[in-house]
Amino acid sequence: MIVEVKDLRFKYDDGTEALRGIDFSMDRGETIAFFGANGSGKTTFALHLNGLLRGEGKIQVAGLAVNDGNLQKIRQKVGLVLQDSDNQLFMPTVLEDVAFGPLAAGVEVREGERRAKDALERTGMLHKSGKAPYHLSAGEKKRVAIAGILAGDPELLILDEPTTFLDPPGQRSLQTLLSALPQAKILITHDIPFAASLTNQAVFFHQGRIAAKGNLREIVERFDWQALTTS
Amino acid sequence: MHQHARIERWARGTGRLHRLHPAAKIVFVLVTLIAISSLRQHAVAACGSYLALILLLAAATGLPLAGLLKAAATVLPFAFSFALITWFAGQGERAMLLVTRSYVSAAAALLLVGTTPMPALIGGLETLRAPKFLLLVMQFLYRYLVVLFEEAGAIRDAGASRGGSLRSLQLRQAGAAAGVLFARAYQRANAIHQAMVARGFEGTIRSLSPPVFRWQDGLFMTLFCGVSVALRVAFQ
Ligand SMILES: Nc1ncnc2c1ncn2[C@@H]1O[C@H](COP(=O)(O)OP(=O)(O)OP(=O)(O)O)[C@@H](O)[C@H]1O
Ligand SMILES: [Mg+2]
Repeated sequence: MIVEVKDLRFKYDDGTEALRGIDFSMDRGETIAFFGANGSGKTTFALHLNGLLRGEGKIQVAGLAVNDGNLQKIRQKVGLVLQDSDNQLFMPTVLEDVAFGPLAAGVEVREGERRAKDALERTGMLHKSGKAPYHLSAGEKKRVAIAGILAGDPELLILDEPTTFLDPPGQRSLQTLLSALPQAKILITHDIPFAASLTNQAVFFHQGRIAAKGNLREIVERFDWQALTTS
Repeated sequence: MHQHARIERWARGTGRLHRLHPAAKIVFVLVTLIAISSLRQHAVAACGSYLALILLLAAATGLPLAGLLKAAATVLPFAFSFALITWFAGQGERAMLLVTRSYVSAAAALLLVGTTPMPALIGGLETLRAPKFLLLVMQFLYRYLVVLFEEAGAIRDAGASRGGSLRSLQLRQAGAAAGVLFARAYQRANAIHQAMVARGFEGTIRSLSPPVFRWQDGLFMTLFCGVSVALRVAFQ
């Protein structure tokens, strides 16, 4: 089991009950899509899986309970690509940014640089290594953010809206990249074709609860979750 | 372009001073600032000499001199208001001293930040064993500043695209916009901090190319600290 969550509840400071009792589990190597309306709690839930938010309930990730003593280890095992990549990139150059995770984890400098370059290569961003991240296009930022996570070689990848801003070839190359990775993956997305190309497992969030878990096609049917149908 | 973005662009240059170890530059600028702030007599002549020294170094590393002089002038409004108070208190000479000293000090500080990108500057302070807490505060101030400028730009663009302009804003609206600006900057900075933590940040940022202190850095530091001290002694 890579993730095990029991009765997780969370309230934001302003009183919003974002999570109202979530039970969830997934196996190593499994890929699951998270669907659900805007504001249903998907991002909030993801932020709990590496301890950025702390609610009530039990969470275990990669065999470790999420608590103060384990946070650093857990953050190395969980790679979280945030919904807004502007917040994710904060170093002066793309290469430094991607190397940030490995270096923070104590990896030696040359090795950190090697891992960063390798991750940039895999996301097709190596040629932008020397650029300032805030001068990249939105899609390029997304790819660099993903590279930054891959460089840490996490056991669980959580991607919050990974396809927004990616052009069609960019979406296809992300799909190819992800399908070749052996890690467990959570794909939070409104992009059903993209999710379906990577997994047939889905979870449906509704008002801070998991309303259903199972086959992706069935869930899309049951909640009428197709954005548009092409004739 | 924003002042801040311009200085950051200067800092990414590759001139002689740019290539020096940040610690060597920090020590030189600190010594110079202390020398300037301890000036009591012949202040204008002394400040003139320090300014000449700063401009010489700036020219040697390819910083735009006019740009540097202009950026240093940012401190003048503050300096003038304090000087005015001093002036009214009947201390004309001290008022003059205050203005010239602030201006030249600003130019010295700009020489440092205009040749050293922020992460390198913080790395240099770390080499000099500055307290970790101070470094953290600096990192976050810097982050907040960048974010503040970005958010200001975004709000201005959003306003412009809806047909407004900063000038057409009424005072009350401007106040409200400033409130939103700070709230947004604060939220962004928090989100960035959260992202840093998510990626394993524990208080120090390690760089891919930590600078090495070479003999050239030592030579620069000794030589120019010497010049600063000599100037100070000459205007005793
Ligand atoms: N920082 C915050 N402070 C207060 N309430 C928040 C905060 N962030 C999110 N919320 C609220 O918590 C609820 C869940 O939000 P969350 O971001 O988890 O939704 P989501 O499923 O990721 O939505 P989307 O598909 O739009 O990304 C929403 O009602 C939202 O308004
Ligand atoms: Mg979300």
